[in-house]
Amino acid sequence: MQHTSEHFVQNSRIALADAQLKPVLGAVTTFLPALRQKAIDQTPEFEALRDYAVAMKDHVLDHLETYLADFERAVQARGGAVHHAAGAEDLNRIVLALCAGADVRKVIKGKSMVGEETNLNDALQGAGLEVLETDLGEYIIQQAGEPPSHIIGPALHKSKAQVAELFRQKHDLGERNLDDVPQMVREARQMLRERFLSADAGITGANALVAENGSIMLVTNEGNGDLCSILPRLHIVIAGIEKLVPTVEDASALHRVLCRSATGQITSAYTTFYSGPRRAEEPDGPVAFHVILLDNGRRAMRAGKYRSMLRCIRCGACLNHCPVYRHVGGHAYGWVYPGPMGSVLTPLMTGLERAVELPNACTACGRCEETCPMRIPLPEHLRQLRDDAATAGITPRAWRLGIGAAMTAFRWPWLYRASSGLARSAVAFLGRHPGVLRRVPVLRGWAQGRALPAPQAETFMGRWQRRQHGKSGEHRL
Amino acid sequence: MSTSAPARPRVALFVSCLVNVFRPTVAEAAIALLEQAGCEVDVPPGQSCCGQPGYNAGAIAAARPLAQNLIRCFEDYDYVVAPTGSCTGMIVEHYPRLLAQTPGWHERAVALAARTFELTHFLHTVMGFVPAPCKGTASVSYHDSCAGLRELGIRQQPRALLAHAGVQVQEMQGTEICCGFGGAFCAKLPAISTAMADEKLANAVASGATTLAGGDLGCLLHLEGRAAVTGISLEFRHVAEVLADAHVAGHARDTAPDVGAGHARDTAAPVAPPQPSLNVHLGSEPG
Ligand code: SF4
Repeated sequence: MQHTSEHFVQNSRIALADAQLKPVLGAVTTFLPALRQKAIDQTPEFEALRDYAVAMKDHVLDHLETYLADFERAVQARGGAVHHAAGAEDLNRIVLALCAGADVRKVIKGKSMVGEETNLNDALQGAGLEVLETDLGEYIIQQAGEPPSHIIGPALHKSKAQVAELFRQKHDLGERNLDDVPQMVREARQMLRERFLSADAGITGANALVAENGSIMLVTNEGNGDLCSILPRLHIVIAGIEKLVPTVEDASALHRVLCRSATGQITSAYTTFYSGPRRAEEPDGPVAFHVILLDNGRRAMRAGKYRSMLRCIRCGACLNHCPVYRHVGGHAYGWVYPGPMGSVLTPLMTGLERAVELPNACTACGRCEETCPMRIPLPEHLRQLRDDAATAGITPRAWRLGIGAAMTAFRWPWLYRASSGLARSAVAFLGRHPGVLRRVPVLRGWAQGRALPAPQAETFMGRWQRRQHGKSGEHRL
Repeated sequence: MSTSAPARPRVALFVSCLVNVFRPTVAEAAIALLEQAGCEVDVPPGQSCCGQPGYNAGAIAAARPLAQNLIRCFEDYDYVVAPTGSCTGMIVEHYPRLLAQTPGWHERAVALAARTFELTHFLHTVMGFVPAPCKGTASVSYHDSCAGLRELGIRQQPRALLAHAGVQVQEMQGTEICCGFGGAFCAKLPAISTAMADEKLANAVASGATTLAGGDLGCLLHLEGRAAVTGISLEFRHVAEVLADAHVAGHARDTAPDVGAGHARDTAAPVAPPQPSLNVHLGSEPG
């Protein structure tokens, strides 16, 4: 997938101008928070669950390598294999090798953000394999040739009419009625059915990797993940190393938090634990079972100040509650992960220089942190990234110098008062001369679409001091 | 300094940059309300910026000396009160973190944070203040600024004060959603910022109110600046202005209310303030 995070400003302008997108985003970022709230209102123990999930994940992060070793042993004991991928290309290479070894031609995929992270589809297709996404949203965007715009609803940016039009283009099924959603779902299902049955390999993600027994928990609402896991002879699970949990109990706690936070469900339609390949006495299941664990910057994250980001369970709540996401949608962020969590992950995984605007795409309103089930201090991480950008000299010079000069001047109260007086006169002047304001670095952004309200005749501190002097010692100043 | 609740607490007003530069009448109104509530109000002349612009825009270390200056300047009072949720949030939520590794300063930051309040929170919850009824006040909707709402839990306090003053708040849709100001955000990403403002303004207009009140001047100036361009006629007033002075229309009024002339409206007993820090440090200006 193309990486366009450095063009966030232009991307967001395109999104803002998209008249079709606006109502869709408005609806999504209204109904998903409402569903979440309703589910949480019906779960009095939700805050305790959050605390449990956070403490559990922190514990796993403290003992990551131990749990990884446990998990690997448990998978092997059940006849599966575990592979370690340091980076995106490593993961893709391992998948390709597994496919080549099992003579795979056709691959079906369940939804996986790790797959998006490593651009797996392109790698598979580049090697001549046929790849089909089977999650409805992923299927839609694959047909449209677009990247996902939301981590739990990859095609949430598309309206009903746009999907109908796409299906008419891509499915050669003649004249038919496609006015309502069930008709479209039926059609997609019809297109997918036979591909499920003829696939050689299925690739899915994982919502949790259980260290105690080597199971992987997969949460879906369409059951497509199960078909990808059970029908083909090869099942490959791809997941980030942070998906580890110690016990099935822990996976279940995470599941409760995840479903409520993501879609306001008490439980998803399908939740399955997979444990290794088909055993002799079992009627179905894959012949071979492989788990590939991706690092891709995660161990580095674990070692530093962004460690808490590894608690993320990819529920999407921070996107749904972000006022910036609400207006620009997922594509503007330019990579796999959008919204607040994406604005932290993208710079950390792909380099701050390539994503320097993302940490700025935040008003520090705090709604994401308030909603994040894993209590990740997202605004704080974005603040730290802005600091990193300034330290690395990536932030535009005018901003660095402007902020630096103000912060230095304000260390001396007399200079603060003097500069406030000057600032007052300056904004009074600039308010009357917007043409000039539009040319002042740093401030010119204000002039885009806004007038500068007129300040009153004198600063408060100036007025107050004058008055206190007039009162000659009446007040203690 | 006494450790029991002072009958007439000594309150230091932290003015904040935007109020200082753009709208001194907000500080005047805050002083009038605090005095009416029975406080002895001081405006420490050594105050400067709280450091938030740098803290949020990639200059975290540069915010530290400003935080230290503010603590030195204000820690000798019973309370610090500011007519802004965002700068109060900086002091209450972020100073302890900002100074966590600075020897000798963390405790001072924590002690000051415990005695620092946003204006409406202080008036309503700490002082139990009941403002005088407003005369002929226009219909008001209320914008909850994010830092106040989420860092400090300011939501019902300004509404309660307004209700006491006889102002019925006409609630708008999406009060919990950010207006798009966001400090540097509004200048760095103006197109998104104004799109957010437009949604907020549309909701405010749809509420039927003619005045939009709020507790943070940054949001109000941003919305006012946007409304001026898009032709929306709403009046934007800080909640202190509405409460202190309901019968003088218009925020551009440049004559100050009669500071100090307010009388205590002794209708509710003040709750005891937290014990002031024993670590009294007489402030001096750095440098
Ligand atoms: S950061 Fe939190 S809210 Fe956002 S996707 Fe991750 S777990 Fe969910």
